[in-house]
Amino acid sequence: MVKVLIVDDHRLFRSGVRAELGPQIEVVGEAEDVESAVTAIEALKPDVILLDVHMPGGGGQEVLRRVLGSGSQVRFLALSVSDAAEDVIGVIRGGARGYVTKTISGRELTDAIVRVSEGDAVFSPRLAGFVLDAFASTEAPSIDPELDSLTTREREVLRLIARGYAYKEIAKELFISVKTVETHVSSVLRKLQLSNRHELSRWATARRLV
Amino acid sequence: MHGGPSTCDDAREMSETPTIPEAYPRMVRPMKGRLVAGVAQGAAAQLRLDPVVLRLAFVLLSVLDGLGVLAYAALWMFTPREQYEGEPPGRDWGQAAAYGALGMALTAFGWITGASTGGVGTWSIAVGGIGTLILWQQAEPGRRQRWMTDAVRQVRRSWIRTAIGLLLVVTGAIGFLAAQGKLAEARPGLVFTAVVVGGIALIAAPWLTGLWKELQKERRERIRQEERAEMAAHVHDSVLHTLTLIQRNSGDPFEVTRLARSQERELRNWLYQPKADADASMAAAVRRVAAEIEDEHGIPIEIVCVGDCDLDDGLRALLQAARQAMVNAAKYAEAPVISVYAEVEADEVTVFVRDRGKGFDMDDVPDDRMGIRQSIIGRMERHGGSARVKTGPGEGTEVMLTVKREQS
Repeated sequence: MVKVLIVDDHRLFRSGVRAELGPQIEVVGEAEDVESAVTAIEALKPDVILLDVHMPGGGGQEVLRRVLGSGSQVRFLALSVSDAAEDVIGVIRGGARGYVTKTISGRELTDAIVRVSEGDAVFSPRLAGFVLDAFASTEAPSIDPELDSLTTREREVLRLIARGYAYKEIAKELFISVKTVETHVSSVLRKLQLSNRHELSRWATARRLV
Repeated sequence: MHGGPSTCDDAREMSETPTIPEAYPRMVRPMKGRLVAGVAQGAAAQLRLDPVVLRLAFVLLSVLDGLGVLAYAALWMFTPREQYEGEPPGRDWGQAAAYGALGMALTAFGWITGASTGGVGTWSIAVGGIGTLILWQQAEPGRRQRWMTDAVRQVRRSWIRTAIGLLLVVTGAIGFLAAQGKLAEARPGLVFTAVVVGGIALIAAPWLTGLWKELQKERRERIRQEERAEMAAHVHDSVLHTLTLIQRNSGDPFEVTRLARSQERELRNWLYQPKADADASMAAAVRRVAAEIEDEHGIPIEIVCVGDCDLDDGLRALLQAARQAMVNAAKYAEAPVISVYAEVEADEVTVFVRDRGKGFDMDDVPDDRMGIRQSIIGRMERHGGSARVKTGPGEGTEVMLTVKREQS
């Protein structure tokens, strides 16, 4: 059983998610803003937190900052209605291990939670598209070439995610194991979080202003 | 955008400043601590000098044939006021009076001794000096980048044109008078005119500034109102309208889903997508085509676009083919969702249309079925591109379309 805490300021949405999750998931609690989320994470020790991006009191990024900043190893999966690059890249760089939109089906969400609880990353097609776009559009000299660019294989995996392939289908397409696909995605996540090229955030912000 | 190109420019400036501090900040007239219009203070901040130095310089120059007044007026016109919300702070009238008195004393001294009549030379310095000041004001590295934007470029151009025009007129007039040898005669007249105009301006100044402030306040208020009105209009036209339609169609689940989906898509585009012209930009065109199919067939299409470019003939053909592929998926695949992925690379553009539906056997497709053979594969080949269809019964279908970009 994976212990999950749902953090979202819409009560209806929280109960909707609760009802949709599969039997492998145990919802240990709910929180509706930054304060109650931080307290609930301390008290309930969930494995995975389903985190909304826009919330009163600073939003998901503030929860990430306060919880991960205190050295906690808990895992976050961002779940939002927002499609804005700024929000997506923002929470991932804040430390979330995945980003899915609220249109996701209950079964897919259950899979995503299990995957995150096992330490893997979860990329929606749109997030994969953003990453490809962000890493392609920067031409400035990189500070750390290993972190600042994607390998050919990682690019292939991201492209397939963007095309709507599930991990299993990607594995079949590229003749690799699902585990290897997961390794590639986790490595992209690490680059996305650690690459200190500030262009990533700037790219996301600038995208709104074009 | 509302409020004209200048607000647009401001918004961009504000949002860029947190990440890249501008190396050469544009001169502004601060509201706080100003004596007249904040010109001296602004210029002092720009030159990293004490404002007193510049104020004295303006007073001294004013004594010399009123140069300081001209320079001040010109800078006042060409310098934007600092963004300031709320009640503007009051002026230190005591200090202003001190400078005024100093100026008057110096003027009197100049009239008596004749030291202030610098002759024609000072006028050319005046014209050149003011021109240079304005140019110095205008030229700033960051500005050039912004000139790239068309609308802004227009405005800037007309500013510069006006400045240059003024410069030419003034130089011409002086040249004419000098050539006629009338300059010396005309000058007392000009000086008196200037004095009268200055006097009227002084008397009317508080009223004029009050009027100006009112106008500014009204403008800010209007921009806010317009934004609110636009938001309200949008919500009313689209969201409320759709909600009404949904209630009316509550018995028809297909129609309800279609309406909700179409409204969601529209709102998302409005909120999150960069504004782009669907007739000119690849990504926007893909979104539009997908939106049309969604509306027609009531099936959600997930779109991911990487990169963007202008449309050319090959890309238009690609879009047509992609459209046909989406229609096929929507009509025959019986899949809950269609995924569309478009990627613009340096030399080619690729679009994938994929569904997890029932798929089909390529060999079973009759030759007369125009959809795949003609509208997709044939069309792509005619435009030097290629189409690949990957399918099988029960495996879903993926159509991959590629075309080379026209190199401009």
